[in-house]
Amino acid sequence: MDGFFGILGEAVALILAWDADLIEIIGLSLRVTLTAVGIACLIGLPLGALVGTFRFPGRTAVTVLLNALMGLPPVVVGLIVYLMLSASGPLGVLGLLYTPTAMIVAQTILVTPIVAALTRQVVEDLNREYAEQFASLGVGPLDRVAALLWDARYSLLTVALAGFGRAVAEVGAVFIVGGNINHVTRVMTTTIALETSKGNLQLALALGVVLLGLAVAVNALAMTLRVSAQRAAYA
Amino acid sequence: MRDAACHVAPSGAVGAAPAPVLAAARGLAFEAGGRRLVDGIDLEIREGRRTVIMGANGAGKSLLLRLLHGLIRPSAGTVLWQGRPLDRAARRAQAMVFQRPVMLRRSVRANLRFALAVRGLSGPERAERERAALASARLEELARRPARVLSGGEQQRLAVARALACEPELLLLDEPTASLDPASTMAIEEQLAEAHARGVTLVLVTHDLGQARRIGDDLVFLHAGRVAEQGDAARVLEAPRSEAARAWLSGRIYLGPPPLRPV
Repeated sequence: MDGFFGILGEAVALILAWDADLIEIIGLSLRVTLTAVGIACLIGLPLGALVGTFRFPGRTAVTVLLNALMGLPPVVVGLIVYLMLSASGPLGVLGLLYTPTAMIVAQTILVTPIVAALTRQVVEDLNREYAEQFASLGVGPLDRVAALLWDARYSLLTVALAGFGRAVAEVGAVFIVGGNINHVTRVMTTTIALETSKGNLQLALALGVVLLGLAVAVNALAMTLRVSAQRAAYA
Repeated sequence: MRDAACHVAPSGAVGAAPAPVLAAARGLAFEAGGRRLVDGIDLEIREGRRTVIMGANGAGKSLLLRLLHGLIRPSAGTVLWQGRPLDRAARRAQAMVFQRPVMLRRSVRANLRFALAVRGLSGPERAERERAALASARLEELARRPARVLSGGEQQRLAVARALACEPELLLLDEPTASLDPASTMAIEEQLAEAHARGVTLVLVTHDLGQARRIGDDLVFLHAGRVAEQGDAARVLEAPRSEAARAWLSGRIYLGPPPLRPV
């Protein structure tokens, strides 16, 4: 345990020293993750709301597919994106492999089904409660989806947080499509894996502490926003 | 149409021309789970009248209300609105209040605003209707409160006010005062009386005999998915002709005629 606490102390010292490399890695991690979660929400929220609100042929199959895709193995997604973006792949001409954009693409693919599937469940439950009232008022399809998303907004914040949790902790896909290139595509999770294999446990643990701290901070921020928004909404 | 409804002859007036038929059911039936839950319903809702629907639990009262409002499609028969089949436009001339009020996860005022926005209202007219609805429901002081934290009585008053803010010609109410205390019941009945005075036609499902006496002009009594009796409310309540209504009003359990056949 002395060894662990010794390494932990050195890790904390590294964080407090505000090491430039560390800041760069944290910054890139946040940029990739938040962008991927943002895009996933733009796609997943309306998609989930549409599936949760309306009945159409194949709806059950779509629901099963969305739920199944929540468990997409990151390395498989990484491999598929790699094959698509590699020089001989259909999108190789874009030259995106081993760039942060490729990492954003991979994480978006991983997070979108989570956002869509959880949104579908939240919206479907709410729609069950509202359906007759909406039908009685004559609410149109688009107004219905918009109203359900708005009224479920606090639950959907938790959905977005679930997506963030998946993305920020992900290592397999971003490793494959990003390549873990120093100063280019190196993020916290890939650095932790690399530094641990090299025996540089201080930096690995420092990043681990930061990663945990970020997860807590983002959740705390989201909860603060939620409480403030609820107060403001009824002030 | 509103003006005409305001001058409807009092219930039971002899020799007065009957008010025009606003809504009607013709041979209405509904099946679910292999059973016919309502069957052969024929009735007329006359403009400006207050029609009370009564009957035992499971008689099909709520189902009939939903069929009249077009929330569910009948398996057979038709619902007519001013002589024509009920369509989307006609449904916008109706409003419905449910037994358990459905409150959006918004403030009291935002609940009203949403309903009015759906009807295409904005600006000063919407603001004026919001103000009037809050006043009629006596909820001005609670306008900014989340609607879902209101008491049951306050929520139902808001639900009635929200429905009436849309200025429907016909208001359908499914046991709006079930499980409310007498004061809350009275407040709802006052809202309904105001609406009726403005010419709104009312159809009310209730188990409350006192309420039926206070409100009802006409009464439809359902038994096992069929109309057992209908007519002037005072007459049905005082001298029911059907065995089903007689038994129900005297607190007896009535088992016949046999339930509707499976389909």
